[in-house]
Amino acid sequence: MASRLWATKAASYLRISVPYRGFATGTWTLLICLLPTNAVIKDLKYADSHEWVKVEGNSATVGITDHAQDHLGDVVYVELPEEGTEVTQGASFGAVESVKATSDINSPVSGKVVEVNSKLNDSPGLVNASPYENGWIIKVEMKSADELTCLMDPDQYSKFCEEEDAKH
Amino acid sequence: MAVSQTRNLGLPLINLLRLKGVPILQQLHLEERLLRTSSDNWCIINDGTIDPTIVMGISGKPQELLEIESILRDDIPVIRRFTGGGTVIVDQGTIFVTFICNKDAVPGLQSYPQPIMSWSSLLYKKVFQGIEISGFARMIDYASCTAVVLSDYVLGDRKFGGNAQSITKNRWVHHTSFLWDYEISNMGYLKLPKRAPEYRQARDHLEFICRMKDYISRSSFIDRTIEAVGSEFLLRSAELEDAHCTLGSKFEPSSRLLRKQELGEAIFKSLTASQS
Repeated sequence: MASRLWATKAASYLRISVPYRGFATGTWTLLICLLPTNAVIKDLKYADSHEWVKVEGNSATVGITDHAQDHLGDVVYVELPEEGTEVTQGASFGAVESVKATSDINSPVSGKVVEVNSKLNDSPGLVNASPYENGWIIKVEMKSADELTCLMDPDQYSKFCEEEDAKH
Repeated sequence: MAVSQTRNLGLPLINLLRLKGVPILQQLHLEERLLRTSSDNWCIINDGTIDPTIVMGISGKPQELLEIESILRDDIPVIRRFTGGGTVIVDQGTIFVTFICNKDAVPGLQSYPQPIMSWSSLLYKKVFQGIEISGFARMIDYASCTAVVLSDYVLGDRKFGGNAQSITKNRWVHHTSFLWDYEISNMGYLKLPKRAPEYRQARDHLEFICRMKDYISRSSFIDRTIEAVGSEFLLRSAELEDAHCTLGSKFEPSSRLLRKQELGEAIFKSLTASQS
């Protein structure tokens, strides 16, 4: 909520209006209901740093969530690791650039990078357009499935995002 | 990672590090180390840098952004920094202000690019209040019907400062280079960028930028900035030695000087692209 206050103050100074999703009454209610909310996909697991992981056997596909890409803005560059790089749960393995900012991408699982999405070199916007499918970032040969217990399921992640956005 | 520092009187603590003439690569390395290995909040003010140096963002392509032949001829250093954003040429006339903060240092601030830029725009509003320099560039994005707050600082439609950021899981850095003064001849090393805000309207550098020195003294700008920071944080003066003491020894910064060979290869790429 407070982050909205920062943006509101800045908007007021600049004499611009910025629409927000949020609690609304009266004539705004219908409009707010029609605004898209960030997608959360079933059968994926989620990290509190807003990455998702799809597990198939001991192979894990990793990307950033719709919530993350929405908050980051247009992605113009993705810094990818090299194949063979070791990744550790919770640690950074790469970055995205958006709106003059580089933002770390953290791995939800530990293991070895076996494939990177090289399409992101020419089309970084896939991260925005298709965060859960064509915008995947790396594939990892996992060290241990036990680490998955530290991650959130879709419902937990949805609630986490709501709480996080409500705090700012 | 780290927890936020103890608050005093409700304000978070920030270490204020004042530098003068520190080479920009050294400054960037310090920033990156403090971002990744310190648990304190830091405000770094570097009053000018010794030699004219070109600094590109993380994804900058020399062949698109730079007049490489002139740069090689005149032996101008080119750095690729760890933050996003565009290309600048900095020198003794540039004043750098950097914030390196824990994600919960500023109450209610989400560590994403736009909220951080909104926060900094309000801080600098205090710095420039009452002075003719005012206003921040804004661009209307008709596709989404929102007004996007840019990170450029302008007088009218001429830019005098720009910033960039890097955001980790628990910390962020937001750094700004202010054109207090500049050499006209240095701007000739930069090409017109392909990605530019609409308000630039394809103007070349000399038509696009302006000097802060025409509106505010160097010392006044720095003093006002420190005062503004002091309204949001509890200031603690720090020395460069203090910063080095807190740093982890194993971290290797990614900001680096491009080799002449790399710049030469970029010329080749540019020629190849133009022929295809």
